[in-house]
Amino acid sequence: MNNERRQFLRETGKFLVLTASASVAWEAVLAGRPETAPNYKTADHWWGMVIDIESCIGCGNCVRACKEENDVPRTPTYFRTWVERYRVEPDDLEHPAVDSPNGGFDGFNDRAAADPTAKHFFVPKLCNHCAHSPCVQVCPVGATFESPDGVVLVDKTYCLGCRYCVQACPYGCRFIDPRTNTADKCTLCYHRITKGLTTACCETCPTGARQLGDLKDPKDAIHTFLREHHVLVLKPQMATGAKVYYNGLDGSVR
Amino acid sequence: MSGWLRDKAHLVRMAVLFALGIAAFLAFRAVMVPEGFGRYGHYRAGALDDVRARPVRYAGRAACVDCHSDVVAARHGSRHERIGCEACHGPLMAHVAAQGGEKPTRPDSRVLCPRCHAASPWKPKTYPQVVVAEHSPDGPCTACHKAHAPKMS
Repeated sequence: MNNERRQFLRETGKFLVLTASASVAWEAVLAGRPETAPNYKTADHWWGMVIDIESCIGCGNCVRACKEENDVPRTPTYFRTWVERYRVEPDDLEHPAVDSPNGGFDGFNDRAAADPTAKHFFVPKLCNHCAHSPCVQVCPVGATFESPDGVVLVDKTYCLGCRYCVQACPYGCRFIDPRTNTADKCTLCYHRITKGLTTACCETCPTGARQLGDLKDPKDAIHTFLREHHVLVLKPQMATGAKVYYNGLDGSVR
Repeated sequence: MSGWLRDKAHLVRMAVLFALGIAAFLAFRAVMVPEGFGRYGHYRAGALDDVRARPVRYAGRAACVDCHSDVVAARHGSRHERIGCEACHGPLMAHVAAQGGEKPTRPDSRVLCPRCHAASPWKPKTYPQVVVAEHSPDGPCTACHKAHAPKMS
């Protein structure tokens, strides 16, 4: 009797230990290559950005730095971030005059279009890194995805170049890279933020109009900013879960 | 022999065919589905590392202050204090990696300064702006304003 119980415990113990070690080993097999940033845990972060319209001076540093850092084609029409220039008649929010010569890459130097009766401002744009992203939903092959830390990325080796995502993005943030014929977009400088750096656009913004923020880090300054300012995301009616928050966003901005 | 095993041959044949089909499907799936697919969601987990593998070009201001403490002192309290070094000097990771080699070229102030300070109705009203053509058009801006502490005393 006693012997049977001992045997039972021994067998069960072996079974449990072996199963546990096998599952750990299997996890390691599934994990594949070791992560390049071993101290970075995707589950500990949830990235977003705040953009302060009232601080943006349209210098174009962000556009140039982004192209430099991420090797974006220099030709106009290919941008991961760009700056739009709005001129709005105070009583006509429906018809703003918007332009973005070369995406703001060369800055905005002409004064001719000024209109004393209108209001003028810049709007920097980039991927909104939506939590419920339309571009991810339409991808037929799983080549684009929301990462566990809240960044929308493209798997270049998997992308077919079918362009569904380019059409699906309500913010026009995607393009097809002519060199690879795959979808390309802002990665929120994923190679930088996972190493503790800020994005190239935030690094070079001279007025602090752009601030990267980790929404899961309670000590991040983004929480203070969001608490103290009246912010808005672009196209909230689309329910995309956009995580780029604009302070001082005018109703005319599309 | 009991009744239900009498005509088992066709059942066995079907079972073998079925097992072969499943095995073929599993083998095909193992070849076609890349490693790590589905680990976090409907995508390849290794794509995160692929994106992360891009080299860094902008070193970040923390890398600059180690060597250039004189500039930190010069900028202290000035209106340019909180601007990232690479906002004006360009990407400097090569300079940092070469431990001070690969020196960047000094920016031309007549090109650099107006990018931010040329007057424009689109800029915030409180932001310091000048009409470049009228504001001492002949010399470099740095003849009067020090780039790291621009206020003239």
